[in-house]
Amino acid sequence: MTAIVEGIIKAFQLIFSIDPELYRITGLSLYVSGLAVVMASLWSIPMATVLGLKNFRGKRFIRGSFNAFIGFPTVVLGLVLYLLFSRSGPLGLFGLLYTPLLISIGQAILITPILVSFIISAIEAIDMDIRDLARTLGSTEIQASLSILREASGGVILAILAGFNRAFAELGVAMMVGGNIYNQTRMLTTTIALETSRGKIPLSIALGVILVSIVYILNISISYLRKR
Amino acid sequence: MAGLMELCNLWKSFGEVNALQNVNLTISHGKITTLLGPSGSGKTTILRIIAGLDTPTRGTLFYGNTQIAANDQITLREKATLVFQKSVFFDTTVYNNIAYGLKLNNELSKEEINNKVSESLTLVCLEGFEKRRAKKLSGGEQQRVSLARALALDRELLLLDEPTVNLDPKNVSIIEETIQRINREKKTTIVLATHNMFQAEAISEKIALLIDGTVKQVGTNQDIFGKSNKYLTSFARLENVFSGTAKNTKEGTSIIDVNQHLQIEASVSSPGKVTVHVRPEDILVSNNPLKSSARNVFKGTIVGIADLGSIAKLTVDAGKKFSVQITKKSLSEMKLNVGSEVYLTFKASAVQLI
Repeated sequence: MTAIVEGIIKAFQLIFSIDPELYRITGLSLYVSGLAVVMASLWSIPMATVLGLKNFRGKRFIRGSFNAFIGFPTVVLGLVLYLLFSRSGPLGLFGLLYTPLLISIGQAILITPILVSFIISAIEAIDMDIRDLARTLGSTEIQASLSILREASGGVILAILAGFNRAFAELGVAMMVGGNIYNQTRMLTTTIALETSRGKIPLSIALGVILVSIVYILNISISYLRKR
Repeated sequence: MAGLMELCNLWKSFGEVNALQNVNLTISHGKITTLLGPSGSGKTTILRIIAGLDTPTRGTLFYGNTQIAANDQITLREKATLVFQKSVFFDTTVYNNIAYGLKLNNELSKEEINNKVSESLTLVCLEGFEKRRAKKLSGGEQQRVSLARALALDRELLLLDEPTVNLDPKNVSIIEETIQRINREKKTTIVLATHNMFQAEAISEKIALLIDGTVKQVGTNQDIFGKSNKYLTSFARLENVFSGTAKNTKEGTSIIDVNQHLQIEASVSSPGKVTVHVRPEDILVSNNPLKSSARNVFKGTIVGIADLGSIAKLTVDAGKKFSVQITKKSLSEMKLNVGSEVYLTFKASAVQLI
C-alpha cells in the first residue's frame, strides 16, 4: 500500500519536475503511435470506404477477417515482424529492427483491423441516398464517396481515436521490434515493464499515470471538439 | 412539341422483375410532363434513369438529337437533377446543402454562390433559412429546401419524384406554385412523378399514364381526364362513383337509377347495369336551384367539410353522398356549414361511364 501511495506522490513529482528523460519517452511514444495512426489511416480509410460502399463476392469474409483481427495478440505480431526484419530475415536488409519506424509500422498493422471495421460500420450507418444525392447534384463517383465519408466523419474520428489508443497502450510490438533501447526506442509502455521488473514501482506508477492521462485528455478533447 | 429527351424501348429489370417494360416517351422541351401512376408503376425508375442514377437494362436514350451511351451517366447528371420523394440532406446547414452542387462548379465565385442560395430559398419562401440545420427542419420545409437545392443548379431538366407526398396543404401549394413559376419564367423542362391525379391535372401539360412498368397512355390533360379512362380508374381512387340500371331516353341520353330517390342523366346511351363517375370539380353548388341547361339538379345536405388548402371539399348527401370542390372564398360567401341545404348541378355530359 505504501508503495502505491509513494508511487502516486513520485508520479506527480516526476510530472512537474520537467525531467527530460520522462518527456523524451513520452514524446517518442506519442510520435511513434501518431505515425502509426497516420500510416494506418492512409490505407485503412480508402479500403474501408470501398468495403463499405461496394458489394462483391467475398466481402463478408473480408469484413469478418478484419473483425477477427481486432483482437490479434501484439506479441505474436511483434514476433512475426521480428522474424521478418531481423538481420537474417527476408526484410532484414532494410535495417529497421530496433528503430522507432518499425514500431510504428507494427502498430499501424496492429490497428488496421480496428480502423477498417469501425469505419465500415460508420459508412454503413449513413443513409445511402446521400450517394445518389451527391451524384444528382453533379458529383463524380469519387466526390460522392468523399461526401459519404464526410457524413461518416464522426465514426471515422472515433475509429482513428480507438486505433491511437490501442497503439499507444500496446507493449508487445514495441518490446519485440523496438528492444526498449535507452535513448532510442524506449517508450512509456516498455519503460513501465522494465522499471517494474527492476522493482522501481513508483516510477512505473508515474509512467502509468502519464500514459492514462494522455489517453484520457486526448479522448475528452476530441469528444469536445466533435460536439462543437 | 419539340422533344428535349426521348426514351426509346426502355426496359429495366431487377432480377426477374421487370420494373419497366418497353417504355417509349418524349419529354417535351419547356413543358411539365407528369408520370402518373400508382406506387410500383415505375415512375421513380424512369426518373432515376433520366437523372443518370441508374442505367436501363435495354433501350436507348436521346438527349436532343444525341444518343446517350449506356455508360454515360455523367452527361445526364450535367443536364438533369432529381428531387427525391424522401428528403435527403447532408448533416449540415441549409446553406451548405444548397451550395454543395454549386461548389462543384469551380467557375462560380463565393458571392455568386451566396446569391444563388439566397435566390433559390426566396423561390420556395424560405428566406433567411441559410444557417438553419437542414435535418432539424419540418418535413414541408425540408422538401422545399430540397427543391431550392435543385433550383439553384439551374439545370435544363428538373425531375421531381412525388415532391408533395405527405405534406400539408400550405407546403403543397408553395411547391406546386414554385414548380409552375420556374417552368413559366425560366422555361425549365420538368418531369413530375405523382400518384395524385388532381395534382397531375392541375399543373401538367402532358401526362404519361404508367401502370405496371408500362406507359398505357400519353396525352394532354383533356386526353387523360376528359373522358372515361379505364387505366385511370384502375388505380385512382375515384369519388362520386355510382352504380345502377340505365334506360335510354328518346333524346338519346340515358337515365340511371342509382336508387329510389336518385336518377342521374348521362349523355351517353348504354342500357343495362352501369357504373358512372362524376368529377367533383364538375359539380356546381348553389343555395337555390339554378336555371340552366344542366340535366342533373339535386337537393342535398352538407354532411362534411374538408380543408384542402385553397379549396374546400364538401360531402353532400343527396340520396347518395357526393363529393364536390369549391373555393374557400365561395364557402365563406355562401355561408355554408355542415347541415346547410344546397343544390348540386351538373351536366349530363359530365357523367362518365366507367
